[in-house]
Amino acid sequence: MSASRLFIAFTAAASVLTLSTAAFAQSGEVNLYSYRESKLLQPLTDAFTKDTGIKVNVVSASSGLEQRIKAEGANSPADVLLTVDIGRIEEAVQAGVTQPMKSEVIDKIVPAEYRDPDGDESGISMRARVSYASNDRAKQDAITYEELADPKWKGKICIRSGQHIYNNALFAAYVAHHGEAKAEEWLRGLKANLAQKPSGGDREAARDVAAGKCDIGIGNTYYWALMMNKDPDKKPWAEATKVILPTFAGGGTHVNLSGLLLAKHAPNRANGIKLIEWLAGEHAQQIYADANYEYPIRDGVAINPTIASYGKLKADTLPVTRIGASRKAASTLVDKVGFDN
Amino acid sequence: MTSARFAEPVVSALALFTAALVAMPVLAIALLATQPAPDVWQHLIDYVLPLALRDTALLLAGVGLVALIAGAGSAWIVSRYDFAGRRMLLWLLPLPLAIPTYIAAYVYVDLFEPLGLLHRTLMLWLPPRDALALLPGPRSLPGAILIIGMVLYPYVYLSARAAFQLQSADFAEAARTLGAGRWSIFLRISLPMARPAIAIGLALVALETLNDIGASEYLGVRTLTLSIFTTWLNRGSLAGAAQLSCLVLAIVAALMTLERYGRRNVTTEFSSENPRPTARTPLRGFKGRLAFAACALPVLSGFVVPLLFLVHQSMRRSLLTADAAIWRDAFHSVIFAALATCVALVLGFATILAIRWRPDRWRSLAANIAQAGYALPGLVLALGLLAPVLALDNGMNALASHLGLPLPGLVLMGSGTAAVTAYVIRFLAVPTGFIRAGFERIPRDYDDSARSAGASDLTAMRRIHLPLLRPVLVGAAIVVFVDCLKELPATLLLRPLNVETLATSIYQHASRGSFEDGALAALLIVAASIGPVAWLTRFSDMPRGPA
Repeated sequence: MSASRLFIAFTAAASVLTLSTAAFAQSGEVNLYSYRESKLLQPLTDAFTKDTGIKVNVVSASSGLEQRIKAEGANSPADVLLTVDIGRIEEAVQAGVTQPMKSEVIDKIVPAEYRDPDGDESGISMRARVSYASNDRAKQDAITYEELADPKWKGKICIRSGQHIYNNALFAAYVAHHGEAKAEEWLRGLKANLAQKPSGGDREAARDVAAGKCDIGIGNTYYWALMMNKDPDKKPWAEATKVILPTFAGGGTHVNLSGLLLAKHAPNRANGIKLIEWLAGEHAQQIYADANYEYPIRDGVAINPTIASYGKLKADTLPVTRIGASRKAASTLVDKVGFDN
Repeated sequence: MTSARFAEPVVSALALFTAALVAMPVLAIALLATQPAPDVWQHLIDYVLPLALRDTALLLAGVGLVALIAGAGSAWIVSRYDFAGRRMLLWLLPLPLAIPTYIAAYVYVDLFEPLGLLHRTLMLWLPPRDALALLPGPRSLPGAILIIGMVLYPYVYLSARAAFQLQSADFAEAARTLGAGRWSIFLRISLPMARPAIAIGLALVALETLNDIGASEYLGVRTLTLSIFTTWLNRGSLAGAAQLSCLVLAIVAALMTLERYGRRNVTTEFSSENPRPTARTPLRGFKGRLAFAACALPVLSGFVVPLLFLVHQSMRRSLLTADAAIWRDAFHSVIFAALATCVALVLGFATILAIRWRPDRWRSLAANIAQAGYALPGLVLALGLLAPVLALDNGMNALASHLGLPLPGLVLMGSGTAAVTAYVIRFLAVPTGFIRAGFERIPRDYDDSARSAGASDLTAMRRIHLPLLRPVLVGAAIVVFVDCLKELPATLLLRPLNVETLATSIYQHASRGSFEDGALAALLIVAASIGPVAWLTRFSDMPRGPA
């Protein structure tokens, strides 16, 4: 193909794509940058469009969205950023790509510990990091995070990489509760209890317990529900285990937060706020909690039955900002104790 | 001819443009790296680098060895021998390229881990505990080496096959008359002659391994690349991550230079009075079956097993009827990949042609820079591209507003140009490397003869270089196209709103822990790859001398 023909083809294809995606600043739209997979959001965005007539354009990624918004600057089409992790909330606020949403609706509905004090962020849902305990071999019905380092579990715990964001947030919560020195000691104890080098994902933790490699796997609440309800192949793994909601000694169960942030240069600011408020509403919370097996952020919405079967969640009240501030220390300690080695 | 007069400056300008394009994100990362990153390095040196460097080195060496044996070995067999099933293998052998490494990792973990197919089969005869002890343990360094090696060997296969095809029979025949055996000819003549091509293939394997995050994290191998992301995402130091990326880049550059230095005295331009392709030796009976088995093993483990797994999952989840949006995703994938392949091939060819026409320091430097993009992990490249691409985008808006025109919005980002540019930069090393190796095997005598016969450089390019380079160009096109289809991290960060590709679609399911739901998208990547591979291998199997 000659260079000029190539150029024409390129321009043509580019303009087709532009036509399908452009028109950012039209009144009836809102642009959502999301760390939650866009395909999983579709039932929700469709319902929003049906309710309000506002079209939702989505782009989802696994990291770097705040860098993208920052580089896009004043022309950024981003209105709302949806994160699925405390760490990314912190990153976005620090990168200076957000603005206060000043929403009375949000302030009223969402509990204070799940909101940014300056109003830049509001939680939308929660998941807890819990233990998948063997039905046959783990006799306890309750457990603390501290206890996971107890030598009685030697060679009996399975977990994924200590640097994975889920574990990073859990370990950061530990640091925030007990300080770095205690956390280091605990991580060494936990490391000594592992049945194998950290690898795989949360589902493998259940699988290894089911296969008898270990007695306790660490995973998020929704993975167990997904295996149980949505995946016949993996159902036996979930069936071989029971979910125990661990607590911090004197605290509650570690929860990680999905959060919504209003972008600093949001071209459709009003629609953005409308989307955030709508997502905190009962209708959306119900869809979101059911589709994703997450805990709703507000009262008055039924928890999905599978999730409810784990027992009553007593969520840790440690403010999100304190966990965010301890992430670096947690990551450093994981390397220091050779957790992943 | 007037067009011939303009050809040289145009090609040189293209080469310069290419170097500038690749340098852009690299410089942006270097710029990020100049920011202070307090206490990042002390931590890395104390706790991370010793192990990460060791594991990365072992992984690279292991994967390289697997790819060399499977890739160069099978390329040699199908190039030199005829046996039953060879034609089928010809188009099957490159296909593991279509399987993303992390998909292969998921599949093999599922098959070989506790309660997987192997375990359940063993449990038919053994108690569960004993069966458990027999499992091979894919979540380990050796597991990672085998799994990644088996899907990446086609890089070596394709470049080696092109090289073996271009080798004239004369050398082997001369060696044979001097009493050399088959092994001796392979090890002492054919392999050294194919060395530049194999080196390029191995370099691509190494860089693709370095780029991988998904598979190595899942399989429990701590690589340098993983440390880059931990430094950025968990320890909040983008500057530290950029510095670590620069270190990786420096190591890669040093290895490449070392390789080139290593063969500075090796003459690779073999001239022959009457070059002609080697006739293939027919193999029958046991030997033929052995040759077939040797080539079928990598195809089986790198392609057939993952494929069957994906087909099985798609069928039992009745995905075929479920997701209509997937066809639009496939369309995006193919358009992006095709555009990037064309651009990368043109720019890569221009870059090397510029050296061929005027070998000087600057043009060599441009070609070396053009290959640097592959050394950046996809996500780092995407981060590096954000600043320059959006500076352009925002500049256009500023200009429009200055002129009182309606604002165009972020055109480069919103049209997918940014994503396609990332593909071009990242995969340019493939055509550049393949074509460079191809040119090295075309004697300069040919150029001189053409010139003395009154042909312009442009004519020599059209009538001599392009036909001789065809297998090389074909190989490069397949590799780039399929690589673009699989590309994930840069696509995720740089794609426009509402645009999904097959790779992002698979990822969305995988990140929820049920990659099997993305099996259909993975199959479509394979399907989109089979077409070009089958069509293009048809051409590459016509070895022709430059007569």
